[in-house]
Amino acid sequence: MLSEAAIKEIEAIRAKYPTARAALLPAIYVAQREFGWLSPEAYEAVSDILGIPKAIARGVATFYAMYRHRPMGRNVVQLCTNVSCMILGAEKLVDFLKNRYSLEPGGTDPDGRFSLVIMECIGACGTAPAMLVNEDFYENLTEKYIEEILGKYK
Amino acid sequence: MEKVLLKNIDNPDSADIGEYRKAGGYRSLPKALELEPKAIIEEVKKAGLRGRGGAGFPVAMKWTFASSDPKFPKYLLCNADEGEPGTFKDRPILEKNPHLLIEGMIISGYTLKAEYGYIYLRGEYPEAKHILDKAIAQAYENGFLGEKIAGKDVRFHLAVHQGAGAYICGEETALIESLEGDRGQPRIKPPFPVNVGAFSMPTVVNNVETLSNLPYIIEIGGEAYSKIGSPDCPGPKLYCVSGHIEKPGVYELPMGTILKDIIYTHCGGIKGGGKLKAVIPGGISTPVLPPDKLDCPMDFVNMPKHGSMLGSGAVIVMDESVCLVKVCYRALKFFEHESCGKCTPCREGTGWLRSILGRIEDGSGVDGDIELLLSVSGNIMGKTFCPLGDGAASVVQNFIKHFRPEFEDHIKNAGCSLKN
Ligand SMILES: Cc1cc2nc3c(=O)[nH]c(=O)nc-3n(C[C@H](O)[C@H](O)[C@H](O)COP(=O)(O)O)c2cc1C
Ligand code: SF4
Repeated sequence: MLSEAAIKEIEAIRAKYPTARAALLPAIYVAQREFGWLSPEAYEAVSDILGIPKAIARGVATFYAMYRHRPMGRNVVQLCTNVSCMILGAEKLVDFLKNRYSLEPGGTDPDGRFSLVIMECIGACGTAPAMLVNEDFYENLTEKYIEEILGKYK
Repeated sequence: MEKVLLKNIDNPDSADIGEYRKAGGYRSLPKALELEPKAIIEEVKKAGLRGRGGAGFPVAMKWTFASSDPKFPKYLLCNADEGEPGTFKDRPILEKNPHLLIEGMIISGYTLKAEYGYIYLRGEYPEAKHILDKAIAQAYENGFLGEKIAGKDVRFHLAVHQGAGAYICGEETALIESLEGDRGQPRIKPPFPVNVGAFSMPTVVNNVETLSNLPYIIEIGGEAYSKIGSPDCPGPKLYCVSGHIEKPGVYELPMGTILKDIIYTHCGGIKGGGKLKAVIPGGISTPVLPPDKLDCPMDFVNMPKHGSMLGSGAVIVMDESVCLVKVCYRALKFFEHESCGKCTPCREGTGWLRSILGRIEDGSGVDGDIELLLSVSGNIMGKTFCPLGDGAASVVQNFIKHFRPEFEDHIKNAGCSLKN
């Protein structure tokens, strides 16, 4: 079940568009936040509130890489490895996350503290290598700096 | 050159409406509302403004098409998907100067008689989402958005629509599909969005940087604006420079600044005094250039004459430590991942290119692989539904054209001779 606040939020989003269908992507974000990932319940909730079949909602959502299609750790580390980050050492940072935090690309550490997602360009090329942790940008990364950053997330 | 797009961004509160107004913001809007929409299109035409999203399409022409379609309501969409690897030029506008974009969109909306606008913002910019939401709320509070803008009989509503990590949604028809709540797969053209776009209505899609030029064009007039930068393609331009460069970042310079000058004069040259190996001048989809081909004016008209494209103005600088086979491989991994799957040459071809490049890079390439790459690229080129496929093919063709010996070495020596 969606919280009262989430229902209100989706209704407010719905009002910004001429069709209910257009509210689908933003409503999926809300449901994902509520349920932690796009669980069957999350699709059920979005489908109910917007009157869109679950199969359509799922078919649309699975096109997009940033939705959480499976349960994830409490924090999501999104590291860019595209060209500007790659030539400034992003691949070494992938190895570092593997060795130091048991984090595999696409995986979650044994404690469920972090998930690692390898990103295409995140628009921080001038300060590469870069990553997002949840919604926070971190740039000019080094191994030491990553340790410092990840220490803040429990 | 006076800064237009990055004006005031060193002020830590530049995103606030009060600071924007103190710096002269929202003064072009009332001026524009005194003009007939046709007169504004005329100014934009005189200005010679071309779209900054990659294709350089003349803005006045697109606006004239949409305006002359009798259907209503019309929609104005701002393309803030900024997904082309190497590109981070729209981000400072979105995060530091959101009201410049909003003012530009209100003026454009008025011109097009569009009453609804959406900013299609990539999911990777959560910070910009908060900043834009706040700026839009401030614009409503101040009477710049809503039912009676600046007390006149003009209405314009604006909202942010957040994408969810799909590069193809930067392509305008895929963007519209995504806005409408669908998978982001491009539509066949014609009909063009100016006639049948969002919600089947006439729709204009313009890039963030494009729309942010409007307040300045109204302020100084199209004629004066057209004197900035390249005569064929005037205006201020944001160049975003990354890679092995002393001073990476976003630079606002006159359109047509010479690529070599961007790198050596404005950005301080190659990082650590290294030796330049290659430059991708306009985002990863644009043809790579070797060091002896950098005397080119960075604008939409001249770059094609010099063997590349301006694209998104994203300059990626690579020194001699870089393996270009690996860069090419990484680029194709990107295209394979981002191919929307709608048409076969792109969906299958990008995978094949990635796979062949992967084996050359890891030392298991075989004789004939280069010819195979060219053959697969040739079978993609010109045969796909949207330009993503062409972009992927041309990346491979141009890396081979300029750096073929490096590919040959990888095959002959079973791997890369560089250490990294
Ligand atoms: C694969 C692909 C990706 C694109 N990505 C973007 C983008 O991220 N931002 C953008 O403004 N235009 C992008 N474009 C160009 C748009 O289709 C469209 O031409 C542009 O938004 C029009 O605005 P403009 O005339 O102001 O440049 C892309 C095009 C293609 C084919
Ligand atoms: S070229 Fe690629 S991205 Fe474009 S429509 Fe075809 S499959 Fe989709």
